[in-house]
Amino acid sequence: MCLAVLLPALGAAPAGAGSRLLATGGAMPLEGAAGGGLVPWAVLSGYSTPGEAGPTVAYTHVETDDYQLDTYSVSLNLWNRVELSAARQVFDIGALTPALGSDPGNLGQDVLGIKVRLAGDLVYSRWPQLAAGAMYKHTREFAVPAAIGAIDSRDWDFYLAATKLFLGGAFGRNLLLNATLRATRANQLGLAGFGGDLNDDHELMAELSAAVLLDRKFAVGVEYRQKPDNLGFAAEDDWYDAFVAWFPGKHVAVVVAWAELGSIATLDDQNGPYLSIQASY
Amino acid sequence: MRAWNIGGLVLAACIAVSGCIPMGNHGATLYEDLGGREGVAMLVDEFLRRVADDDRIVEAFAGANVPRLRRLLEEQFCQVSDGPCEYTGGSMEETHRGMGISEKEFNALVEDLIDAMEALDVPVATQNRLLARLAPMHREIVSAARPSSPRSRTPGAPAGA
Ligand code: HEM
Repeated sequence: MCLAVLLPALGAAPAGAGSRLLATGGAMPLEGAAGGGLVPWAVLSGYSTPGEAGPTVAYTHVETDDYQLDTYSVSLNLWNRVELSAARQVFDIGALTPALGSDPGNLGQDVLGIKVRLAGDLVYSRWPQLAAGAMYKHTREFAVPAAIGAIDSRDWDFYLAATKLFLGGAFGRNLLLNATLRATRANQLGLAGFGGDLNDDHELMAELSAAVLLDRKFAVGVEYRQKPDNLGFAAEDDWYDAFVAWFPGKHVAVVVAWAELGSIATLDDQNGPYLSIQASY
Repeated sequence: MRAWNIGGLVLAACIAVSGCIPMGNHGATLYEDLGGREGVAMLVDEFLRRVADDDRIVEAFAGANVPRLRRLLEEQFCQVSDGPCEYTGGSMEETHRGMGISEKEFNALVEDLIDAMEALDVPVATQNRLLARLAPMHREIVSAARPSSPRSRTPGAPAGA
């Protein structure tokens, strides 16, 4: 756990963590860009408004039946206009040892992200907040992905996201809806490289989120993430999750989710808990 | 199979939202849910108390005519919540024009309003309904100008009067 890293930082947090309303910074999902659990949203991390800048750090752990994924991420929100992010993912595939005949070690990926808010405001504008983003991804351990047919170890994802908060939109609770369209050729986010024998082009994928803010501090939601299926060696499934997010204050957010990640590298039904903790300044 | 699981989770979430959470007693109007004349007066009072204690924005109100502001806010909250009142103050655009109000200051004021409603135990759904009616005013109140632009907050000069 990187709690050891987070906690001293929390203690040193200054009084202000930016001026946007509580929970409007979303959480930091797997790839470092602010959003829900699996999907990047049009919101930028933290609570900065024009004239303010603030960093967010997060640790995310997903534990499925056979695998574990750890993500360490940092991001910087500049003036609520630009978000820069970096994430390191470590994917434990020890469960494949019997199939491969030797311990493959961990897979890993680094993701550098930039997101620009194009227009709108999550809460106040009539239209959704719109953002465009890019992620530069680098598969760190490419031997196994190459052996199963991945073509490249580096590539770009591009996405457009629209996110809107409907005040009182769900039984009087605030309702958040998000739609993201991503162009990608990543295999399992990029942990298994990019492109493959079945497809080697960027394809458009839909990613959707819906969340209800039960009160100022608690949100529950569900997400869907469509995924490419580039490798003949192992089918790749779309992902789903259902989450509860807790925002005890502007400095901290905790997300607990149930993730359904389908078949990963020939092992089916990879479902399990997801935990993410983040700190913003 | 997976889809079914998620369906179950969605259903559970919906039940949680609609069932376990008190929805508050629904009157005919939002105004009634806010407690009518008395409720709105208490809310504006609590709200202004919090604004007065808020270092982030109190300076903006240094020259304000507070009795007038209180009366106009009561009228405005009453009118937007479908109560039997007519708002007699200036338009939000005219009133706040030239104050150079930033995103940060606007959010601070909204936080004070939410805190005031929390303190008065206004149900979350009622809070959200009032906020939904005030939110569109953001466009008229927050100025596009950077905070570095000169402000015309002259103490003693009642805006929009
Ligand atoms: C949804 C948000 C807001 C609403 C509904 C609102 C409403 C009002 C109303 C009804 C008035 C009286 C208009 C009149 O005098 O004719 C007023 C005046 C004023 N407002 Fe706002 N306002 C909002 C946001 C803000 C913010 C963010 C600031 C500054 C931080 C601000 C500063 C002022 C000042 C300084 C006056 C003039 C008071 C005086 O000179 O007597 N307002 N506002």
